[in-house]
Amino acid sequence: MSAAGNRSCPLFCAAVEDDRAFEFSDYEGATARWCPGCGDHSILTAVERLLVAEQLAPEQTVFVSGIGCSSRFPHYLKTYGFHGIHGRALPVATGVKLHRPDLTVFVVMGDGDCTSIGAGHWLHAMRYNMRMVALLLDNSIYGLTKNQTSPTTPQGHPSNTQPRGSYLPPLNPVEVALGVTNASFVAQTAEWVPAHLFATLRAAYHHDGLAFVRILQRCPIYMPGNYQRAVQYPDMIELLVHDDGVMVPELDRTYRNRLAHDPHDLNRARELAMPDERIRLGVFFRDETKVKYEDLRRVPMRTAAERIGMLNAELDKYAI
Amino acid sequence: MLTETRASEPTTAMSPAPTVVHCSEHTIEIVSDSGEGAQKCGQIFGAVSAKMGNGVWTVEIIPAEIQPPPRIPDGASGNRIRIGAGPVTNWGDDTNLVVAFNEQVLLARHRLGGLADDAIILLEDKWAAHPDEDVQAAWRAALDELAERGYRIIFVPMEERCLTLVDNPRKGKNMFALGMLACIYARDMDRIRDQIAYAFRKKSEAVYAQNVALLQLGYDWAQENLDVRIDVPATPPAEPMVVMNGNEAIGMGALAAGFELCAMYPITPATSASHYLGEMFDRFGGVLHQAEDEIAAAGVAIGASYAGNVALTITSGPGLALKTEFIGLAVMTETPLVIVDVQRGGPSTGLPTKVEQSDLLAVLYGQPGDAPKVVLAPATIEECFHAMITARRIAEAFRAVVVVLSDANLATGVQPFPRPVPDERWMQRSFDQDAVPPGTTPYDWDPRTGLSRRILPGQPNGMFTLTGLEHDGRSKVAYSGGVHEHSSAMRSRKLAVLQSMLLPPAVHGDDSGDLLVVGWGSTKGAIEEAVDRARAAGHRVSSLHLTFLSPLQPGVREIFARFAKVCTVELNFSDEPDAPFITPENRRLGQLAWLLRAATLVDVDCWTRVPGEPLHPGAIADAIAARLARSPSKPNDSTPSARGAA
Repeated sequence: MSAAGNRSCPLFCAAVEDDRAFEFSDYEGATARWCPGCGDHSILTAVERLLVAEQLAPEQTVFVSGIGCSSRFPHYLKTYGFHGIHGRALPVATGVKLHRPDLTVFVVMGDGDCTSIGAGHWLHAMRYNMRMVALLLDNSIYGLTKNQTSPTTPQGHPSNTQPRGSYLPPLNPVEVALGVTNASFVAQTAEWVPAHLFATLRAAYHHDGLAFVRILQRCPIYMPGNYQRAVQYPDMIELLVHDDGVMVPELDRTYRNRLAHDPHDLNRARELAMPDERIRLGVFFRDETKVKYEDLRRVPMRTAAERIGMLNAELDKYAI
Repeated sequence: MLTETRASEPTTAMSPAPTVVHCSEHTIEIVSDSGEGAQKCGQIFGAVSAKMGNGVWTVEIIPAEIQPPPRIPDGASGNRIRIGAGPVTNWGDDTNLVVAFNEQVLLARHRLGGLADDAIILLEDKWAAHPDEDVQAAWRAALDELAERGYRIIFVPMEERCLTLVDNPRKGKNMFALGMLACIYARDMDRIRDQIAYAFRKKSEAVYAQNVALLQLGYDWAQENLDVRIDVPATPPAEPMVVMNGNEAIGMGALAAGFELCAMYPITPATSASHYLGEMFDRFGGVLHQAEDEIAAAGVAIGASYAGNVALTITSGPGLALKTEFIGLAVMTETPLVIVDVQRGGPSTGLPTKVEQSDLLAVLYGQPGDAPKVVLAPATIEECFHAMITARRIAEAFRAVVVVLSDANLATGVQPFPRPVPDERWMQRSFDQDAVPPGTTPYDWDPRTGLSRRILPGQPNGMFTLTGLEHDGRSKVAYSGGVHEHSSAMRSRKLAVLQSMLLPPAVHGDDSGDLLVVGWGSTKGAIEEAVDRARAAGHRVSSLHLTFLSPLQPGVREIFARFAKVCTVELNFSDEPDAPFITPENRRLGQLAWLLRAATLVDVDCWTRVPGEPLHPGAIADAIAARLARSPSKPNDSTPSARGAA
């Protein structure tokens, strides 16, 4: 896509206005050190495809992450990156975007980051609804710290901290996200369906507001069985399809379960998010009319000379 | 109409010709139940006195609860104003005149022992004939207790008079009280009316008119019925002055320093600085972001700093504790950050509205791992303003975390100071979007100084991933011992470089002697006044006040060497040397004392208190005398506890 083509995107400010053409090599950072078979590889590839497709200027793009396997993400890209602390990627991203609305901001979190230690930030970031893409790379386990139960670990799955199996039913991030006031985009996709993953990322990028995407992900080391049935039997998956959501015609032959879902229907979205035998992928909810915090809060800086004048007027009020 | 107390020598209150008492200073308190407006009355009185040319220092009397039950000593709320013919640098010792809206809040002040023996007390008298027998009994018991001292208590029918103008007896008494004070101290009524107009600028014209009418009512009543007149000469200042409290000065300093973003979470006593910034950013440009929690506030500030000009977060002790991990990240990644910590009593929730200086070591050493940062402590309201400009400059030039340690005393204290002259250079943007020259790395440390130039998102060719993991100059994750050693040294070296640019602190008094008192932060005025008194009494004592706590200002060792003893005076806890089990080996010291001992190897002693209020100069003077009286062979001998101790 040409740079000019991006003008339809609310984030077009990040698109280059020069004649540079970016290729994959322009976005490739250090060699990824994730385990072979880790779903992170596929997500990184999909993100790189997005960057190329949208021709995002590397210097205008910031990936903010927390701590965990997936949070190494920014190191493997050649954009600006902020690899911060566990659970706190969203506040950092909020600060970047508040101060620099001209930058395109992506947030990469794991399930521990987003749904456990940083859960409070997650709710509030969705409510702020600032223009950014927030990716939850959900492999349902703590991998970097070696096999501890996460909030999204399936009930009964044993780990080093809950050896007799996870005690509680897993937290459903889509259900939670759909419950947050002022949430404007909630989608789910899976790393083993690259075409759907890419299409979802692209829809998220083009969304005017905070786009929250939960990416179902396998961990071959600590959750080897997780999602294997869904990988083998595509009929376990139901694609939510709609013109305002994600349409991937090339998947039609493999994924025969398709459900027309208007992403503006919040109540239906909540029903569809409830636990079910089927794994639903697609855009559950989308509403671009929700207010964006930065539109309400950011007051453009006056010039230094104007501020000096105002400061002197302010000092006058306190003058003796 | 006017009744006279039985507590002291009978005097005639209603005198046809009031006598004017001339004095160089006077300290006034206005106390009420919470919500009756004594604070506003005191603030206006203080501001007007400053505008007339008196030296002023005010301290708020704040109950810890928002709406404590009425008529209990713990609920005392109000303001204490010390005015002087010359500059006033602290809240002084005894209170000379009190306006009290009930006898219970007066008792609270009496029991603290802070009222002068000959204090004049103007006391609302409605409680004496209250329909509730218990109230009457409490009134009688209180007056008996007050009779222990020789106060001159004058009963004033404040409510009865106010009800001639207003319906709600709780409203308006504060303006009546202000009118009485205006009469007693011959305050300029035009200035008071201007100040009332400003205080009620968000209210209707009718509210202003009613308040002014009540003011006049109080003034006229005092004119007719009180024989007390006090003259504290005012000298119109030679240079333009402003008067404000410390949190306003921090907010205004932040604007003058060109801050564009402040992220915070509500916490006492820091929040009012953010209130001010919130109002101002809407006009100046910028954002006050009220985050979902203290941690997020730090994260938002760091995210903003990473992407442009340094951002600000304002907090107090418990919030500082929550921000700890993020502060470590800012140090590790050399992301500039300015943190204002308005200290209160701790640990834990502690004493939210009370002053203390006990976050120093937490700020310096609160992060796991080595996390060098810059710490400076304003000592006056004026320094609160200028500290913000200094802090921003250092944070950006040194890629450092800079902590400004204010406290509850400065936050709410009001003091006049020379009007700052804002300068565009203070606001200069550090923002750079030019292409990064080839070969430049994200941490291009100068090997001598550790200084490096920041690369900002948006700069072509500069792309890198900032990380809280240990990293080399290219910001590549590196765990090897050699890299960690070198990177740690680079982050640390910057402090030494900053120190090399600082001036040695100035000694107050002679530059040698028997005792050097060392302080930091808001205690400066009280310490110097105490030292002046001790010197006037013939003692060879001086004082030193440190603005920079990290790095310490240069020359401290040489200064210490010229004094026989060195002792810090601080508002934090230390063991009394003569307390059970306490030995020179296990005695826990004041926080600055620890630092100075480590930095100088001098046997620095300390005298510290945690009274939940500022130190009185008299108490410090007593402590100085006690230190000087001690045998030099027993450096950790007992200390007579001075008045004003907790």
